[in-house]
Amino acid sequence: MSLDPATIRRIATLARIHVEDAELATLATELNGILGWIEQLNEVNVDGIEPLAGAAQMALKMREDVVTDGGYPEKILGNAPERAGDFYAVPKVVE
Amino acid sequence: MSYAIEGTSGTWEIVVGLEVHAQVISRAKLFSGAATEFGAPPNSQVSFVDAAFPGMLPVINRECVAQAVRTGLGLNAHVNVVSRFDRKNYFYADLPAGYQISQYQHPIVGEGRIEIELADGSTREIGITRLHLEQDAGKSLHDQHPTKSYIDLNRAGVALMEIVSEPDIRSPEEAGAYLRKLRSILRYLGTCDGNMEEGSMRADVNVSVRRHGEPYRTRCEVKNVNSVRFVMQAIEVEAKRQVQVWEEGGAVQQETRLFDSARGTTRSMRSKEDAHDYRYFPDPDLLPLVLDEDWIAALKAKLPELPDAKKRRFMQDYGLTAYDAGVLVAEQATAEYYETVARGRDAKIAANWVTGDLFAALNRAGRTIADSPVSAAALGGLLDLMADSTISGRIAKDVFEAMVETGAEPADIVAQKGLRQVTDTGAIDAAVAAVLAANGDKVAEYKGGRDKLFGFFVGQVMKAMAGKGNPGLVNEALKRALA
Amino acid sequence: MIPTDLTIAGARDALRQRAITARALTEAHLAAIEALNPRLNAYITVTADRALAQADAADAALSRGEFAPLTGIPLAIKDLFCTEGVRTTAGSRILGPFIPPYESTVTANLLRDGAIFLGKANVDEFAMGSSNMTSGFGPVTNPWQRRQDRSAVLVPGGSSGGSASAVSARIAMGATGTDTGGSIRQPASFCGITGMKPTYGRCSRWGVVAFASSLDHPGPFARSVQDCAILLGSMAGHDPKDSTSADLPVPDFEAACARDVRGLRIGVPREYRMEGMPDDIERLWQQGLGWLRDAGAEIIDVSLPHTKYGLTTYYIVAPAEASSNLARYDGVRFGLREDGADLRDLYERTRASGFGAEVRRRVLIGTYVLSAGYYDAYYLRAQKVRALILRDFTEVFAQVDALVTPTAPSAAFAQGENMDDPIKMYLNDVFTVPANMAGVPGISVPAGLDANGLPLGLQVIGRPFDEQTVFAVGAALERAAGFDALPQIRAGD
Repeated sequence: MSLDPATIRRIATLARIHVEDAELATLATELNGILGWIEQLNEVNVDGIEPLAGAAQMALKMREDVVTDGGYPEKILGNAPERAGDFYAVPKVVE
Repeated sequence: MSYAIEGTSGTWEIVVGLEVHAQVISRAKLFSGAATEFGAPPNSQVSFVDAAFPGMLPVINRECVAQAVRTGLGLNAHVNVVSRFDRKNYFYADLPAGYQISQYQHPIVGEGRIEIELADGSTREIGITRLHLEQDAGKSLHDQHPTKSYIDLNRAGVALMEIVSEPDIRSPEEAGAYLRKLRSILRYLGTCDGNMEEGSMRADVNVSVRRHGEPYRTRCEVKNVNSVRFVMQAIEVEAKRQVQVWEEGGAVQQETRLFDSARGTTRSMRSKEDAHDYRYFPDPDLLPLVLDEDWIAALKAKLPELPDAKKRRFMQDYGLTAYDAGVLVAEQATAEYYETVARGRDAKIAANWVTGDLFAALNRAGRTIADSPVSAAALGGLLDLMADSTISGRIAKDVFEAMVETGAEPADIVAQKGLRQVTDTGAIDAAVAAVLAANGDKVAEYKGGRDKLFGFFVGQVMKAMAGKGNPGLVNEALKRALA
Repeated sequence: MIPTDLTIAGARDALRQRAITARALTEAHLAAIEALNPRLNAYITVTADRALAQADAADAALSRGEFAPLTGIPLAIKDLFCTEGVRTTAGSRILGPFIPPYESTVTANLLRDGAIFLGKANVDEFAMGSSNMTSGFGPVTNPWQRRQDRSAVLVPGGSSGGSASAVSARIAMGATGTDTGGSIRQPASFCGITGMKPTYGRCSRWGVVAFASSLDHPGPFARSVQDCAILLGSMAGHDPKDSTSADLPVPDFEAACARDVRGLRIGVPREYRMEGMPDDIERLWQQGLGWLRDAGAEIIDVSLPHTKYGLTTYYIVAPAEASSNLARYDGVRFGLREDGADLRDLYERTRASGFGAEVRRRVLIGTYVLSAGYYDAYYLRAQKVRALILRDFTEVFAQVDALVTPTAPSAAFAQGENMDDPIKMYLNDVFTVPANMAGVPGISVPAGLDANGLPLGLQVIGRPFDEQTVFAVGAALERAAGFDALPQIRAGD
């Protein structure tokens, strides 16, 4: 599997990272290098193996339904690059 | 008669599946301790977890899990003892983490079913594909500023149940019946308030059309339709649009569309144009959700009687028709009201009063059963007054109107207005004698064979007694006098 | 006595005996930072005023006879741990202006136990790197220099490069780090100090800027095994705010350092003997095994057949998780924002400008391996190989109590080396990554010098939640090695 410039564009759009046309060729070389190396994994026999998502061998703990958090809009908004009153503000979104 | 759309080239069948997002009733959010209350000041019910600050981690709320299990049980569905949370990745202004925690491959609830009732009295079963838990997004306000959208994260992270139906729905009416039934079940269970206006229940509608007997064609998803009526409208206009596209030789494109209720149309949603690649993967901040069988059993033991079971019981115990029973169980409060009225009384008369006079009065007053001006006990009292012949059925209607207006007890109204039924045969005989004396010609006609005049005499006697004569005794006295 | 030369255990005694004040200890470190940090760039942010206020509070407590395990001990905090009211950057320009309104659980635990924070240590951007060259705040210098070539500026390793450099140069007594593929152990090895990655779930991840959630492990750096044990004792513990945190008591790690290793079975995984590994490292490894044999341990050859796939598995799993974890840096709620024509343009420009090249590369790789049509071939397969790697460890730990291996395949290299090809850089973590995949604890202990006079570490890997054996074996290696070489750049010199 090898990435062409169009695929890199699509991936960059999904990841919301702006890529200049001039960068595409270098990126393609780097990413294809990494992907080619990763393909080593194809030689492993994984038949019948259950995928492992994480190292923690436990079941999920649950918390009680009690309000213990929130109520600090100033802290929530204090780092915002742009705010309007108690809202975050972004360029208008057209649905 | 099955529903169909008439195109220029013949009839088309519609195929509909619904994805309902039902906001879970809980005090705190699904993965954070922030409050869920509706209508708080912007960003005041937001934790650092909800706003996806760096290093924040989700911890699941047991009650939200319990609510999903209760709902699954209420939908006759399979509860999965092991389920898992996945991340659904996409960028959106009101999705702070850039992903929604949802359940993709392993939902907490599997297949179930809902029985719906249609206007012609028939019933149909609609399959439930699955129910899963997920986080709600925040809210974008687009109308506050000419070039900005404002973001409020109060709703971000509130637990939602996404309840997905099979594509079993074949008409707008069935979609409406499905939604109403689902809402009724959720309200009985106390797992969602079903309030579509406040957005605590929202529907995404998957619509496609096909010729009868064909396999499925491409579907479109109409997003976030916020009333039962709009869902029914959206299905109709979207199906008609698709029929037109196919008949004009085009092809329907799979896409997300938005229902414009003002214009009565659907339109393509620009913002979702590249949203189909969600890159789901297991959320590494969470572990598998493993439920204890005993815990599930305990939740099951505490489930309330649900609409279908209650309906069957009402038909069996109270001898009601399917229609009346269905109307009475739709809302839990109505069913409770009815049972209070019917207990120890004539259940059919009770049903007639609740579905007839009471519903009409509530409708006129714009009230619900919960804030009815006439309590169930008071209506029961009115029925008692009829049963022991204190008042007649006709007088009862007047007493009921007075109860609606004043909220007073029926016995007090009867006493105050002197509406007690006259059972004194002497008084009745006197009234009968007076009426017959005043209508000599009619008496002659009656005796000449015009039996129908009997009703006229009854009416005249009742009128003379201001409606308070006991109808049975009046009948007897008249028959005697005319014999 | 040069205060900056003290170990944590030594300083602890001196403070309690009032032989030194916390203020004097802190001032000595702050002065050393002022002198050396311009050269080392180990700290992104120095919090001198806060540190002195904390020191005065510590002295007040000590004068009342009150002390907690770390009262008065000055530490560096990797700039991946959120610290309330103190800028936290994760080494990224995208978080340049971010001031967390909360304190991470691990740093809160350290503060609870009386520690003093000198500042925030430099780090590879979002902990993605093995050289600290990817930091948005400039590279970090390793305080060690090649004997024959003092002019070459060496890397401290990564991603916790600032922490390792600071502890090595004695401008912090200890430090926090995080280890996702080797980010504590490899820089510890490069800088001639001790670094410990505990079991997954032992230290809370709450408030630690996430790189790859299923692989991120907070842990300590110090100049002795015992000091690491002291720090971990404070950092560790169950945290209900982290669903992956283990609900287990924290054992006495410090006491474990004195345990006898007699009779322990030490495994030597044959797959770690890699082609092209420098002779110095092979020699040191054999020497380390000899020391343990002399101390009464039994050395056993074992096999971890899927070790060779650890790195490639890592370079699917870690970027995949990172691509999702880093989606929150979008210029809306905190951090950098670059204006754009519309919201999407704002996102794309903010993220293109805020993320450096390595982060962008990994986010793109991660996005690709999760995307429609490729998930099964990459991510799902990697998860299955991960299961096999864990199985290897489980089977081996039925035969042995701990494993001993080299920490890294090389000593510290110079800034600019290994930069031409990302994969060359990735290979640094070949010996450390498998422990992250399996979540098992590991420590790197400095054991000797190579021909250039640069430090080399040996790694001990143990069973899940058996850090005590790891500390015991690590301390035995430390005692036998008698490592007393000093870096060329250091405080008090």
